[in-house]
Amino acid sequence: MTHYIIRRLLFAVPTLIAISFILFALLDLAPNDPTGQLPLTIPAEAREQIRESLGLGEAFHIRYAKWMEQFFVNEPLNLIERAFGVEIGASEERLRLRSWATRSPVVDLIIERLPQTLWVVGLSYLIGILIAIPIGIVSAYRQYSWFDQLGTFVSMIGFSVPTFFTGLLAIIVFSVTLQWLPSIYDTTHRVTDLSSFWVQIKQMAMPVMVLALFNAAQISRFMRAAVLDNLTQDYVRTARAKGLRERVVLFIHVLRNSLIPVVTLIALGIPTVFGGAIITEKIFRVNGIGELLITAIQGADIPLVQTLSFLFAVLIVLFNLVADVLYGILDPRIRYS
Amino acid sequence: MLGKCVIGLAIAALAVAMLSTSAQAERGRDGQLKILYWQAVSTVNPYLSGGTKDIEAASLVLEPLARYDDTGTMIPALAADIPSVENGGVAADLMSITWPLRPDVVWSDGTPFTAADVVFSAEYCLNEEMGCNPLSSFTDVTGVEALDDHTVRIQFGVAKPFPYGPFVGSNAPIIQKAQFENCTGTRAQTCTEQNFGPIGTGPFKVDEFRANDVIVFSANENYREPDKPAFATVTFKGGGDATSAARAVLATGEFDYAWNLQIEPEVLEQMVANGKGSVVAGFGTMVERLIVNQTNNDSDLGKDKRSLYLDGTNPHPFLSDPAVSRALSLAIDRQILVDFGYGAAGQVTCNVLPAPPAYTSTANDACVTQNIEQANRILDEAGWLPGDDGVREKDGVRLSILYQTSTNSVRQGTQALIKQMWGQIGVETELRNIDAAVFFGGDPASPDTYMKFYADIQMYTNNFDGVDPEAYMANWMCSEIPGPENQWLGSNISRACNAEYDALAAELAVTASLEDRAAIAMRMNDVIVQNQYVIPLIWRAKISAHANTLKGVRMNAWDSEMWNVADWHR
Repeated sequence: MTHYIIRRLLFAVPTLIAISFILFALLDLAPNDPTGQLPLTIPAEAREQIRESLGLGEAFHIRYAKWMEQFFVNEPLNLIERAFGVEIGASEERLRLRSWATRSPVVDLIIERLPQTLWVVGLSYLIGILIAIPIGIVSAYRQYSWFDQLGTFVSMIGFSVPTFFTGLLAIIVFSVTLQWLPSIYDTTHRVTDLSSFWVQIKQMAMPVMVLALFNAAQISRFMRAAVLDNLTQDYVRTARAKGLRERVVLFIHVLRNSLIPVVTLIALGIPTVFGGAIITEKIFRVNGIGELLITAIQGADIPLVQTLSFLFAVLIVLFNLVADVLYGILDPRIRYS
Repeated sequence: MLGKCVIGLAIAALAVAMLSTSAQAERGRDGQLKILYWQAVSTVNPYLSGGTKDIEAASLVLEPLARYDDTGTMIPALAADIPSVENGGVAADLMSITWPLRPDVVWSDGTPFTAADVVFSAEYCLNEEMGCNPLSSFTDVTGVEALDDHTVRIQFGVAKPFPYGPFVGSNAPIIQKAQFENCTGTRAQTCTEQNFGPIGTGPFKVDEFRANDVIVFSANENYREPDKPAFATVTFKGGGDATSAARAVLATGEFDYAWNLQIEPEVLEQMVANGKGSVVAGFGTMVERLIVNQTNNDSDLGKDKRSLYLDGTNPHPFLSDPAVSRALSLAIDRQILVDFGYGAAGQVTCNVLPAPPAYTSTANDACVTQNIEQANRILDEAGWLPGDDGVREKDGVRLSILYQTSTNSVRQGTQALIKQMWGQIGVETELRNIDAAVFFGGDPASPDTYMKFYADIQMYTNNFDGVDPEAYMANWMCSEIPGPENQWLGSNISRACNAEYDALAAELAVTASLEDRAAIAMRMNDVIVQNQYVIPLIWRAKISAHANTLKGVRMNAWDSEMWNVADWHR
């Protein structure tokens, strides 16, 4: 197993380098310009100076090499310095990866945004899982019952109705009509006591529920299919023939086996938690990673887009490995050599 | 009995009035102000950003020497007075302007504001390595010097009839020398702390800034007017879209002020019906216009000829015929365009220079009413006759127009309406829309930018900062025609070259009297419009909304919308 993991990790290095090159080249070739968003009253000469000051005057390979150095050497060093409060070399002189729109280091922007995304998107993922697994089990065990029909109906809605619709609907019902919940996420809000905690819950309620519905829909369908698969297996018949109680059959034997594909599916979905939810974050104005990415794309803030998309690529490669390893641990029949 | 009652009431009213006046004398009495800009603020240093959102957010903190009020009149901010030739502030040869500064101003950190800060701000922007966004405000400046602690003289390389470019208006305010001293040139980029929290002289100071998200301001305790601002804190939230921003003020009442609400008029009207807030519009110089390509843009021509002026040897096959472009303008019902896409945020206009009032020409007002009949007659007389499919043609040239603009729902609606109107005069129109970042981005390699103009007609909005149109009107000079020799960076997008126009532009550059300047600018406007280099459509307003509980908002189209935020109150 250890050998397998090491081999996979080594494989990931060329994969990621290739991805970084493709990302960099694609974004560089895209017809976009950081001064495109500026008012037309800014004349051409000033635009040219702005482009120069952003480092756009240099050749492609030099910019790519610079980006590689900044991303793989300088920024990790900065993170280490930040975490341990030490100074490695001339940290003041080190060239940092800067966003074009804000001129501030990209990594600082991401660190500032990560907590909100982890809270809102992570919580919705967790709630989604907690709702989906029981629904999936009951739906499969009582297949074609009214509960199963209802579960199917709700998950079809979660699947097919996009979050920009459910989000807007929630705002119109809970914010505009009922006036219960705020439609705008207050990112400066600090939880200090019970009443401010309640405010935090209120402002998180809508984005979390909208996303949880979406997540639960997917996972519950998978869970249902997995349980159905297992219920017809021979070992279930054997367990019942041995006289085991239904509860033991379902929750010990069937559940464990059914969770194998679902757990890997959940692991594969974790990168999207870090990636944030672009549409939901935009609608509720949660200052998460997804919102950061879409703002960067709209403003042609290329360094920020490059860094964020590459981080997503790293996470996806990593969690693919995690899913594979988990599969091996959970299912003794699968062994990697 | 009744008399007693009246006296009692009068005393009570007096008491209330006194209470409220005593309350008015207190800074920060009205608590929190919540402002929503749906484009989030990226930086609080306006020298590093040309975005309106960033400039307006910074205007709560940083102040210029003078600003424009809501009527477009210049009023002193950090200056003690507006210099003019009459009061001796502007040199008789128009080569310099001397600003007297207010002696009583201190920065929010308590240190005094002096002429050295003004000199430094100019040097900061004029440094070629920093990529200064409001560089055009400093055009022709050759030197800025402090005559004493509270007097600054700005020297120009040429005679400047309108010397109010540098440090007038919110896009080029004064920054503190002590704070930015080590942030000049290429280092401007790396001073994140300074760019995110500039020390200013304005009514508020930055407490916390989260890039692309929110700014928290608090009242500047060193602000020069002791009873202002009325609000103790300001939350300046960003992100989302215009419709939901309008909803947050007009429907849910979560915010006090929402900026730039270019949304469908009927949606806005429905929200206003909730009675929680009102919409304010300010008409400046923004005009949505059609640019008429005077050069041939046939795709068969290749990039050495397509849409290039080539000294007049490459005229457009039919748009260079004044009859055609006149008919196109006459066929448009501008009022329908306003009603459909703009509502309170637009008015019909026939000028590319719609304001200030002294500069507005009335010579072209006939365009207000659509006249299909006359348009058809003009085309008939010019020999453009309908072919088999109803599209007019002459000598094998069909009146078939490629009409492009940026991607935006109002613009696509406008395109569809105009296509239909032109259909009524036998003109065929093909519509195209291009993503705004590409269309307005200056990538010289892209064929889809508005500068390349590989189309017959294109539509967008342009305007100018401040109240003086000289630089804006110079856009249509022959020397400004874009082409490969200037990397398509010229601003004469129509590619029109008119000797009379160039002569007028040269005259404007040396004329000092305001009346004469207005007369010349109006004549220039008429040359552009009457030759149909540009077909003006809609005079657009800045449009915002505020809660009914928020008082003191005076919408300003000439400067930052936040120009008088110190006077806002509940």
